[in-house]
Amino acid sequence: MNHPLNHPLEHPVYNYKVVRQFAVMTVIWGIVGMGVGVLIAAQLVWPVLNFETPWLTFSRIRPLHTNAVIFAFGGSALFASSLYVVQRTCQARLISDSLAAFVFWGWQLVILLSAISLPLGYTTSKEYAEMEWPIDILITIVWVAYAALFFGTITKRKSSHIYVANWFFAAFILTVAVLHVVNSAALPVSFTKSYSAYAGTTDAMIQWWYAHNAVGFFLTAGFLGIMYYFVPKQAERPVYSYRLSIVHFWALISIYIWAGPHHLHYTALPDWAQSLGMVMSLILLAPSWGGMINGMMTLSGAWHKLRTDPILRFLVVSLSFYGMSTFEGPMMAIKTVNSLSHYTDWTIGHVHSGALGWVAMVSIGAMYHLLPIMFGKQKMYSTSLINVHFWMSTIGTVLYISSMWVNGILQGLMWRAYNTDGTLTYSFVESVEASYPGYLVRLIGGGMFFAGMLVMAYNMWQTSRITSNESGEDNVASAEAQVA
Amino acid sequence: MSSFWSLWIIVLTTIMLIGIVWILFSNRKTKNTGPDATTGHIYDGIEEYDNPLPAWWFYLFVISIVYGIGYLIAYPGMGNFKGVLNWTQVNQWEKQIEQAEQKYGAIFAQYRDMPVAQLAQDAKALKMGQRMFANNCAQCHGGDARGSYGFPNLTDGEWLFGGTPEQIKTSIVQGRSGLMPAWGTPLGDAGVINVSNYVLSLSGRDVDSASAEAGKEKFAMFCAGCHGAEGTGNIAFGAPDLTNNIWLYGGSPGLVQRTVRSGRNGQMPSHKNILSEDKIHLLTAYIYSLSETTQAQE
Repeated sequence: MNHPLNHPLEHPVYNYKVVRQFAVMTVIWGIVGMGVGVLIAAQLVWPVLNFETPWLTFSRIRPLHTNAVIFAFGGSALFASSLYVVQRTCQARLISDSLAAFVFWGWQLVILLSAISLPLGYTTSKEYAEMEWPIDILITIVWVAYAALFFGTITKRKSSHIYVANWFFAAFILTVAVLHVVNSAALPVSFTKSYSAYAGTTDAMIQWWYAHNAVGFFLTAGFLGIMYYFVPKQAERPVYSYRLSIVHFWALISIYIWAGPHHLHYTALPDWAQSLGMVMSLILLAPSWGGMINGMMTLSGAWHKLRTDPILRFLVVSLSFYGMSTFEGPMMAIKTVNSLSHYTDWTIGHVHSGALGWVAMVSIGAMYHLLPIMFGKQKMYSTSLINVHFWMSTIGTVLYISSMWVNGILQGLMWRAYNTDGTLTYSFVESVEASYPGYLVRLIGGGMFFAGMLVMAYNMWQTSRITSNESGEDNVASAEAQVA
Repeated sequence: MSSFWSLWIIVLTTIMLIGIVWILFSNRKTKNTGPDATTGHIYDGIEEYDNPLPAWWFYLFVISIVYGIGYLIAYPGMGNFKGVLNWTQVNQWEKQIEQAEQKYGAIFAQYRDMPVAQLAQDAKALKMGQRMFANNCAQCHGGDARGSYGFPNLTDGEWLFGGTPEQIKTSIVQGRSGLMPAWGTPLGDAGVINVSNYVLSLSGRDVDSASAEAGKEKFAMFCAGCHGAEGTGNIAFGAPDLTNNIWLYGGSPGLVQRTVRSGRNGQMPSHKNILSEDKIHLLTAYIYSLSETTQAQE
């Protein structure tokens, strides 16, 4: 075993292949997932776009959109960045290249099977977990491999401490495993059909315990891990406060797990569970903001870089949207507010201020940092195209969420308006009719965000093609040469 | 909930809240001084300052925890503990219903003793009925009450379960179940087609007369029990009149065959627990008026 990698390494040579694969797929799945999102947004404006075709119908491709953006786009961004960050901050190569390859190809297979089975109508009907049981088992296997890869690499680290980004990735990996297994528990009756292990209100509670913590651990903790590496790296500044990261990490992961019941206010869920969900959601505000503060304050002394660095702009604006949506979330969890906002487009607006503003923009920023390194280039092909993408994303997000706020409050108020005789003023369909302008603005905003991803893909393609003689320490070509 | 699970919830919640208070307070002050003091860790070039928690953030956290504890004292949350305000979502709802009843009850009660036929001439009563129709009935019967596939048209003067004020009111209060059994097995494929052709011929539709003739005997055997020997229906069962060319589940040969083969199961839900008696009285008048006015126009 005289391979250089088996020697204790002063300058470790990392596995960039799996990072590069996931980084490229982040952009591709982003285009696919958001493209489907634009289509279903258009269907709400022009229902004729369902084409009377079952597998193109809103009800079937809406889960395709949600799963594609969360698990294909967001998942690829998380795999790419976590597997990069864990190597860089632990100064250790991933424990196994074949396990890394298995995680990549296994996850692509999960996505492919979902993209086929969901439009065909195979569904468990559990939101954000619609895939049927054979795919669920495959997800579990790939996830265990991913956990082994990540934690195995942590154990090989050169430093005694573990960097804060890795705490968040670790919490994300462990909790998502538990959430997925518990929520997906089901009794199969055939290869393509199963019934949930839970019934009635219990099923609803398990469902929202899962779904809200998919937000909390997949879309928040995981992406805070991204933030904790790429913000200080891109700003070239130390992290603002170590002890703030300790407090907000432990508070965030322990409180988030309680917040699910706020999705079931004023339902058959017992009062005590609703109250606990609401209280914990409110207490969650400060721990959520801890991450925003730590990211934002890291920029103190580096604010001038925002003028020239659109990648940093992506990261900073993502933190602003994170702060905004984590303020909005606890407010919407208050029963009084919830009785107005629940079942309206406000919820969709809230989700997208997190999904577009925070998750997508922090991922895009991180990928712009990562892609040139992965292609062995000094920087992206075009900085001005990054800037164009930044403005498309920001304006697109603002259009999306403000149109949904207007629609949501409009719907909530119309549903509760009553006449002098106590009868309701509007029928449901009138509130649908009133929502059309908002749906159109949402389509335009979503379309802009989607088009920005196409700009990114072009920039990525050109970056992979430019010839660069400048090779830094991170140059993949030299790294591969070392391996050889 | 058993006292074990109640205790389980209380203990877990308390431990969690104490835990976050502890981690918050134990990390409040920094031992290091100076603005540029770092922890000394360096990860891939990233250092960490050891700044104290921002004061406003610290107090925001404390206030939210205090509010949370106060809420759990006032409202149900800690297992079986009911909360000092004695609030439940059900009693909140009951209180609102009671208030609405006090405020609006009289408006509806004034029509209580007026017969439906008379109410159907009262523009104000009809307006109130129409508003309730829009939010309780229009989902199935349509905003214009003309129905759709599987949902009867309420304006055409044809009634599955009868169109007198009393019959309409019974339909609203108790709901209706319109069950047509599946005859595919006893009739066989040819039988289904023949019976369907006979049924279509009843409303004067152009069909294969030999087949319809063959279906006539089967009709008498299987269908006449509910639909009557002449096929004019029976409101006791909600069996539709088959001679008027009005089709609840579609009148194409294919759809009629499907109805004969697989049966139908129409459900009108009961509104006894949704609308008060006075409201149903007004709603009945509105629905009654729909076919009355249509017929008057014709």
